[in-house]
Order: sequence, then C-alpha cells, then structure tokens
Amino acid sequence: MVGITSFGAYIPKLRLNRKSIAEANAWGNAGLKGMAKGQRAMCNWDEDSVTMAVAAAKDALRGVKSSAISRVFLATTTAPFLDRQNAGIVSAALHLGHEIASMDITSSQKAGTTGLIAALDIAKSGEDNILFVASEKRRTKAASSQEMQYGHGAAALLVGADKPVAKLLASHSRTVDFIDHYRAEGRDFDYQWEERWIRDEGYMKIVPPAIDAALKKAKLKADAITHFVMPTVFPAVTRSIGKAAGLADKALRDTLGDNCGDTGVAHPLLMLVDALQDAKAGDKIMVAGFGNGCDVLIFEATKELEKLKGPRGVKGGLANGREEKNYNKFLTFNDLITKEFGIRAEADMPTPMSALYRKNDMVLGLIGGICTACKTPQYPKSDVCVNPECNKTHTQEDYTFADKAAHVMSWTADYLTFTLDPPGHYGMVEFDAGGRFMADFTDVAVGDLDVGMPVEMVFRVKSVDERRGFIRYFWKAVPRTA
Amino acid sequence: MGAGIRDKVAIVGMGCSKFGERWDVGAEELLVEAYEEARKDAGITTGEIQAAWLSTALEDFNVGKSALPLSMTLRLPNIPVTRVENYCASGTEAFRGAAYAVAAGACDIALAAGVEKLKDTGYGGLPNRTRGINSDMIRPNNTAPGAFAQLASAYRAKHNVKKEDLKKAIGMVSEKSHANGALNPKAHLQKAVSLDTILSAPMIAEPLGLFDCCGVSDGAAAAIITTPEIARSMGKHNLITVKSLQLALSNGLEAEHNSWDGSYFHTTRIAAKRAYEEAGITRPREEISLFEVHDCFSITELVTVEDLFISPEGGAIKDYMDGFYNADGKVPCQIDGGLKCFGHPVGASGLRMLYEMYLQLLGRAGKRQLKDPRIGMTHNLGGMPNANVSSVAIIGRLD
Amino acid sequence: MSAGIKDKVAIIGMGCSKFGERWDVSADELMIEAFEEASKDAGVDTSQIQAAWLATQLEEINVGKSALPLSVALRLPNIPVTRVENYCASGTEAFRGAVYAVASGAADIALAMGVEKLKDTGYGGLPAMSAGTNMNMRGPNNTAPGSFAQLASAYGAKHHVSKAEVKRAIAHVSAKSHANGAINPKAHLQKAVSVETIMEAPMIAEPLGLFDCCGVSDGAACAIITTPEIARRMGRKYIVTVKSLQLALSSGTESEFNGWDGSYFLTTRIAAKRAYEEAGITKPREQVSMMEVHDCFSITEMVTMEDLFISPEGGAIKDVMDGFYNADGKVPCQIDGGLKCFGHPVGASGLRMLYEMYLQLQGRAGNRQLKDPQIGLTHNLGGFPYQNVSSVAIIGKLGR
Repeated sequence: MVGITSFGAYIPKLRLNRKSIAEANAWGNAGLKGMAKGQRAMCNWDEDSVTMAVAAAKDALRGVKSSAISRVFLATTTAPFLDRQNAGIVSAALHLGHEIASMDITSSQKAGTTGLIAALDIAKSGEDNILFVASEKRRTKAASSQEMQYGHGAAALLVGADKPVAKLLASHSRTVDFIDHYRAEGRDFDYQWEERWIRDEGYMKIVPPAIDAALKKAKLKADAITHFVMPTVFPAVTRSIGKAAGLADKALRDTLGDNCGDTGVAHPLLMLVDALQDAKAGDKIMVAGFGNGCDVLIFEATKELEKLKGPRGVKGGLANGREEKNYNKFLTFNDLITKEFGIRAEADMPTPMSALYRKNDMVLGLIGGICTACKTPQYPKSDVCVNPECNKTHTQEDYTFADKAAHVMSWTADYLTFTLDPPGHYGMVEFDAGGRFMADFTDVAVGDLDVGMPVEMVFRVKSVDERRGFIRYFWKAVPRTA
Repeated sequence: MGAGIRDKVAIVGMGCSKFGERWDVGAEELLVEAYEEARKDAGITTGEIQAAWLSTALEDFNVGKSALPLSMTLRLPNIPVTRVENYCASGTEAFRGAAYAVAAGACDIALAAGVEKLKDTGYGGLPNRTRGINSDMIRPNNTAPGAFAQLASAYRAKHNVKKEDLKKAIGMVSEKSHANGALNPKAHLQKAVSLDTILSAPMIAEPLGLFDCCGVSDGAAAAIITTPEIARSMGKHNLITVKSLQLALSNGLEAEHNSWDGSYFHTTRIAAKRAYEEAGITRPREEISLFEVHDCFSITELVTVEDLFISPEGGAIKDYMDGFYNADGKVPCQIDGGLKCFGHPVGASGLRMLYEMYLQLLGRAGKRQLKDPRIGMTHNLGGMPNANVSSVAIIGRLD
Repeated sequence: MSAGIKDKVAIIGMGCSKFGERWDVSADELMIEAFEEASKDAGVDTSQIQAAWLATQLEEINVGKSALPLSVALRLPNIPVTRVENYCASGTEAFRGAVYAVASGAADIALAMGVEKLKDTGYGGLPAMSAGTNMNMRGPNNTAPGSFAQLASAYGAKHHVSKAEVKRAIAHVSAKSHANGAINPKAHLQKAVSVETIMEAPMIAEPLGLFDCCGVSDGAACAIITTPEIARRMGRKYIVTVKSLQLALSSGTESEFNGWDGSYFLTTRIAAKRAYEEAGITKPREQVSMMEVHDCFSITEMVTMEDLFISPEGGAIKDVMDGFYNADGKVPCQIDGGLKCFGHPVGASGLRMLYEMYLQLQGRAGNRQLKDPQIGLTHNLGGFPYQNVSSVAIIGKLGR
C-alpha cells in the first residue's frame, strides 16, 4: 500500500503585517483595509522556491538516510531557473548523490497535487523513498489583493510503500482549460480575471465532480472524510464546495490565511502536512488542488503517524515567526522598487561554472572533510589536514556539515557591506563536533547574536549576479530553533 | 635556520609623500614625490640603483600589474624591478625583497617603493573585489571592518570584558593616534579628536564606529638600502640597519581548526618571536623604543600590542588607560599618527611606518621627535584575523 | 657592481604538475601535485622549509591575492611566504626571491612555487582585464597575440624579409616545439604538427595563426633550494647551482622614445648581457647547452633567439631553417615542448622551464634527454614587445 512515509514543511520566518500593506497603499486603494488582518509569510531577501524546498525537504528527511532517496520532484511555478534543473539544485543541497532521477513540475497551480499523484503512481511500481517537494514564492504587484492573500512557503513529502503514515485510498484528476489567471513567458506578474466568475464557473463547477469521482473510487461516503484540504483565497468557497459535496463542516481545514497566506502550488501539500499533524490513525484526509482543472486525493492516516516525531511541519513553522512591519522591506526584497545601494552593490563577480561544478559538494552540499588519520572534521575538504599535530596528506573523506550543531565564535553587524538587508551579520561559526568557517548569519535582527549562541545551517541565496542572471547558493547560519 | 640578516643592510635614504585624498595626482606622481625625497636623502642618482622592488596591492584599481609602473615612472635604467603583493604587508615585503638582494650580494644599492592610489575607485572604503573564486563561492561578502570587528566579540568573551569597557579602550587607541597625527604635516587627518566624539560616531561594523577605522587615502613611500660598508664609503655616519625582518602566514589553522579562539593574531605572535630572536631582543617591553603597528582598526592595534608581547595577554586595556602607548608614554605607539591618521594606501603603509622609525632614530622627526630612541619596530597585518599575513620589521642604530 | 649570486645557491628538488585543461582540480591541488614531486626529490618536507615564494599572475580570476593560497594549501608552518607578480616572468621571480633569501643567509631552505589556474574563466585565451586606470583610458583593447604580432611586421621591414618567409620560419619554430612536446607526458599538447598544417591554420592576429600561439592551460611547478654546502651535507653529489638570475624592465624607451624600431626586445638584450656576465659566459652560442625561451608566440621565440645572442642579428631565420634549435641541433630550444605545448599558466611557466633544465642537467629527462648538457638557460618575457619585463636565468652543474 503506497502513501506518505514522512512529511515536512517550511514557512519563512518573516511575517509581513498586513496592516503595513494597507496603510502604505490606503491613499490609492482603500479597499485593502478590509483584508488587513493577520500576517503573511514572506521570504527573506535570500530565500526563493529552491531554498524553501531544501528547508522543507530537510524537515521531512530528519532521521532518513539521504542515500535512500530514489527520486526528487520539485513542483513550483516560481522556479528561479527556467533552464537548469531546480530539483537538481535541491538534490545537490541535500547531497542525495548523482544516481537519482529528478524532475521539475510546473505551469499550473495544481502542479503540487498532479505531481504528487504521479509520484504515488511510481511508488505503486515498487519504488520507495520518492521525495516530493512543492515550493512557491509568487511575486505580486504592489497594492494588489494577491499581495495581501499570498504567502511564501514549501512542503515536502516522502512517498513510498514502506510503513506509510498516510496511505493513498484514491485519486482523481480533471483537466479544464479554465483561465482564472495566467502568467505568460517573460512576464513578471499574473493576469487575473474577475473573482465572482472564478468562484461560480471555476471552483463550484470543476471541483465537486472530482470529489465525487474520488469518493467513488475509494468507496467512501462524503461524511467519512475527517479532514478536507481545499486551498483557496476565498474562504466562503471552501465552505460552499464542502456543502455541495456533502462533507461535514468540521472536516474543513483552515486555509492558513491568518498567519501564512496562500502558498500557491505548495498550499495543498502545506495544508496536508498541517492536517497530518492533527490527524489520528484512521482519519480520512481529502486533498484538493485547483488550477486549470482539479486533482483530488484521499488518504487514510495509519498508526505509523504517531511514531513520526521528527518534522517541525507547519505547526513548527508557524510558531517560528518574526513580525515584519516594514512594507518597504517587502517591496525591496521582491524587487518591486528600485533602491540605491551604493557602489558596493556594483562589484562584478562572475561564477566560474567549471569551479562551481568541481566544488559542487563543497558549495551546495556543505560537504567538508574528515581526516581519517586524526578524525578532525574540517571545511573545506583539502589535501593536507589542517590539524597542526597531524598535517597528513590525502587522508580526508567527505563529511557533512549541513546537519551538525554549531555555535557562534565571533560576530559582527556590518553597516558597510552590501546586502539587501543591512547590516550584514557574519562571523565565525564553530561546529560542536569540530570544524569551523566564516559564515553569514541570516534571519537575525540587530542585537540577536552573541558569542556561544547555538546555530544551525540553512541553504540560502548567497548573492545574485544581476549582469548574468545567475543565483549563487550557499549555506548560512541561523539561531537554532528548539 | 639561516643566520638571519641582522646588521647586513643599512638604510641610506627614505622618502614619503604627503598622504591624503590626493585628487591632484596619480600613482606616478606619488612615487616620484616619495622617491625624490629618498634619493636626495641618500645622495645618489637613479643610475646607481641596481635593483628595485615595488609594492602595490590593489593594482587592478590603479597602476595595473607587474613592476613596470615603477620602472616606467622613475625611468629606471632597465634594471630588475620586482612587484610584490602580500595584502597589507606589501610595503614591508618590498623592503624585504630589497634587503635580501643586498644581503645576498646580488646588488649593491636597491630601492623599495610602495604606492597605492585608492581614491580613484569611487568607494568610501576599500573597493569590493574578488577574494579568489573558491572563496567567493563560500565566504561572506565581508568588509575589512566587519572582519576585524570579530576580534572584539571574541576578546570580550575570552577576557570577560564588558562591551562598553572595550569600546572605551579602543576609543582611547584612536584618540591617542589622532593626538599624534595632529602634529604630522604628512598625515591625511591632522586633527585631534575627543574620546566623546569617537564613542558617539556612527557604527560601521559592531562595535567599530567611524573613528575606530583608519582613513582611506593615497600615498607612496620609499627606501634606499645598501650594505653598511658601502653606506660608510658614501660618508654616512649614524647608520640605521635592519635588525630583523620576519613574516608569518596563516595556513588554515585559525579559519578551519577549533584550537584558535578568535581573540588574537596567531601569526603575529609567531612573527614577533622570530623577529626578537633575529634581532637579539629578549625583553621587548623594555628594549623597544617605539613602534608602529597595523592599526587598520582600533581593535587590531589593541590586540596586536599583546601579540607583540609589549602588553601582557589581557593587559592591553590597562596599558592604554595608563597612557603607556602615548607620545609621552613608555613605548610610544603610532607616534606619526598611524594608519588612523595616514590612511592605508596598502602598498605604501609598511614603508611609511619604517620612514617614521628611520626619522626618529636619526633625530629628524621634528615636533614628534622622541628622546633618543634606539630600536624601532613596525608591524603589518594583511588579510583577516582568521587568515592573514603578519610582518614584523625591526630597525635600529648600528652601534 | 656587486659579486652576484653565481654558485651561491643549489636546487635540490623540483616538481611540475601535469599541464593541461585540468577541469578536475583547483590551484590548490596543482600546487600539491608539484610540491609532492619536489619534496620527494629533495627529501625535504614542509617542516624544513623556512621561507617560500609564490608566483601567481592573474590572481583575480583564481586564487586571489597575497601568498596565503600557498601557505594554506601546503599547510606551511607559519613561515614567511611572499607573493610576487611580474607578468609572465612571475615564476622566475618566485625563484629569484627564494634564491636571494638563501644567498643572504635569511633562510637555509626555501621554496619557490608558481601556479595558475586559467581554465576557470570561461575564456578561450587569456581573460580580458584591467590594464590599470590610466591605460584603460588610452590603450587599445589589445590581445596578447595582437601585441606580439607587431614584431613580425617590424622584423620583416628591418631585415628585408618577405612576409611569406617570416611566416614559414615561425611555422618551423612551432613545428619543432610540437615535435618535442609530442614525447613529453606532462605537456598539454602532445602531438606533432606539420609545417603545412601550421601555415594553413586560421588567422588569429596577422601574421600569427592558431599554431603560432601557445596553448592555454592550468599548471604548477616548484623548486626547493638551499646552499651548496647544505646540499652536500644532505648527501647530494651532482649539484645543480644557479649561475645567474637577471631581469630588465622597460622604462619607456620602446613605447615613448623614437630610438626603438619594434623588431627586437630591448630588455632581453640587456638582461642577457648581465646574465652572461654574472655566469661568466663569453660565447653563448657555444657555451649554452640548451634553452627554454618564452615562446608565447612563435615570432617571440624567433626574435628572442637573436636577443639572447645565440643567433646573430637577422640570422634567426637561417638558424631555424637549418634545424639549429631542433632536438638534434646545436642548441636545442624548447626541448620539453615549450609554452607551445605546455600552455602558459603564467605564474608556473618560469619554474616549469627551470624544471626541464634541471632534469636535463641531471640526465633525468627520459626520452627527451640530451647528451651531457652543462648549462641551461631560461627566458621569460612579460608584457608587450614595447613595454615589458624580461628575465634570464642560467643554471648549470656546480664546477662549470
């Protein structure tokens, strides 16, 4: 029986206060005030769909050997690269090795659910440990409803037949070229049609037949569903669909609108993770994904669910937030205004592809070396051991630093350096089990850091080569979450 | 170990340009300004120079590569001219190259010249640039103040110093240098600055404020050296000789191995020990008459006076509070105003420091003249606290 | 003039990495590859080295500034390490720095290392870069082949040689180097190329075609040196010593004064004269056993043979056509294949040339070995014909 064997989620730490959007734009769009409740998740300047995917996958893979992963899917409509496999970057960051299949799934808001069904189908053929990640960072026009409604986030599921925490009962897909919005090649933003039409002709006519078909395949009555995952930015729609399909009111899952926002392709999976964190063995979970058609999946939680303790999931993600009241920062991070950053922002440093490939493990995987002679972990891996008592040559094996506990040895807050979020925090990070390097800190505010503070490593955008359109990724340190 | 070069080489002439924002001149004119002073001091012609060394560190922002800029500018008679670059120790490296050539017998009279024209970059501080392709992929986009500010957090943690106490001590480091620089007509910043002003200046990189950072300026300095025998034959009397020239470079230990605590310069301690040995100095706190340390930032100086074994470990704050390093203190430090007031045209700084030691040892330092100094020491630190080049040079009277 | 450094310093170990498009390794590994060979050869490990010199020329496109890349890669025990950069003479400059340190008594055993990783730039040739603030405002956006090609037009005009004759002679220069490189396992290009192929190759900068230009590659080379006394104490019998090390730099005569005709290297002539004097060589055409000259381009090599006073002025074409510089000629030139076959990882080249001379002098050059060579000469030329750094190094058996 195939299903979900582990899950994880990532919600960026920064939460933009919606009131700040409304207040800044009230002069031109007073209507936004009605939506100015709660917070929406926003990426820090150094986060994108790939970095969030890595974070969600790391959450799902706590306690799972990375070499066991057979395949990586990344579903997103906001991939940083159009032609460079984004799932491949995720794979490199997780150090999954080269003998692995990978694929990006895109172009529709239901890419998350459609891709998940495909992954489950592959699992039926006997393949285990398929990593399925959905991640979304949609850019929206300033002062738009979407700016209020959307959030950034990612969810990751491990799919297979080995002791699933939720087994698949049935799924059904429909494909309808219904254009509630679209984003054409080369365009920065979505173009939307009228909300009332989307609701009446879209959701209400496309989703219910899919629910019926899925229930039939699962041989279930509608009232058997205990959790109904139906992402939409119109809360009333979820209720109407539920009613039309005969689902119990209490089965409707919260769409995480208050403190996260709609995370697009990732949202059905994010809500599913949230549901799994609440579910008990035997619970039936229905997940719907809408976008140019509709997918519906029905899962049943198993007893294995109680044994899965590692993931922080949506609950952990929501709890680890920091309110951002500065709307200007949101605009800056999302390149919605042109800001002066001084001459330091002009420095032109191309990335040699040959060197990046040669050092792929070092850069994307944060792989260092451990000396087989003296057992000293060190970063980067080198031909001559750094331990002055050893200094042996050609003795080092790969050593993973990404999951190791570390603490701050020295730090500063630099107001001179170029960063989109000054001051730049960086300092020496020392790993408790050995090894150290000078690292950037991220998701910290002035006054947060101190010598000795525990930190963990996160995969982020290091810098952007604007001239060549290249994004450099690397690892940074953040204060450790309990 | 080799016998060393103590007293094998004499300085017969030195020169130093006015340092500052020299909008009016390029690197070429700065070199000529420093060289002409040195040449006149030595009493030689350009035709007598048999080999030369040029130091420039940020050549990509100004003079370009190779040693040709020096050869072309001074119209040197097609002699060997070598460019050395070793971060902020570059100036001292030019001096070392020339000293070794003379000591080796490869030439009789050699020139060391250092120059940097930093004010054609458009930057307020040092320009942003590559640190090498591997480093660029993994290192923070750190600035110099941010890299050196790390020392403060580690020094506080190690010696249990309160944030405000360290801030005040480094404020006094800068206050002392500004007081000295105010008397020096070649300094870039010739103004005394009060401790209050220093402490309330805008933050650059926690805890370093504006006045904890050295200036950014253009400048050049030069030395002409020969053997003591030739110096005597040239009619020189009070000879200044090289007592030791040492360098130590990091090899990854500080940056990659957990044995270093971040509060001191590993390399400076090693270079200083070697230098004292080569020079025959056993009690540096008593024997060193005066010194110039690499005060790129106030915290660098404070930590370095311990690493040079002048202040005891953890004792620098007390020495600064006691005025030990002031112009009227026991061992005056940065008597010319230091990098603090001269700024740091990278290739020139090491030679500029030696210039002041040379003047002081000869009793030619004007209003800044100290009473009868015998031994002067200079120190440079290039790179960052966790990976650097540290140089220590000691010169003194030959007697 | 001072006594010079003849026989004050001995080479006790040398190493050279495989040169080529080393996609698999970084500069660190190249240095280690060269060092491990030298270390074994010398019987010296890092703890015995008291000072080191590093040559890297285009540091901004690879290892970055200062001498730290060498110190960190080899984990040198916090010794003094100095970076020198003097265009294409950088490798020889690292050697010179180490030699002076030993000769001065500052260090007993010193290391000279040169490295350049050129194949991380994305360029086919050398990368375009700043020539300095002033030159960027007024200099042409010239390439290296374009600068050296100038020699051909001036040489032809001066010596009344037709374009076709020059073209054929320089093709012979390259054909000879390819023939030599074909049997060198460390060379980048290990293939013989015919004169016809060379002459028909695509034009790069008139009259230089593709095969008139040296390759672009990654590489490192190094030397470990000490005094002859210490070398003897270490049990060395056949000691190779430094006979002379000279440099000459332009000071404006060629580029700004009308006394130079563009057909020769003013600096090389000066450096060569000084070098022969320091080494006690009076008849170079007879006394130099073999040499490596800076054949960044075939025309450079041909002109340099005259400037080193091996061929008479205007006589290089005849010597080349006569096979005087071939492996079986009177004075073999580029017996290892030269820059032509090794490519030119700038910081490494000078030391790579010395490496071949050192092997040959010790009879360790394998199937390239010449019969009983006594004196080897290496030459580098950095910059442009009209403004450059020229170095000449002579090494030989001790007692010669």
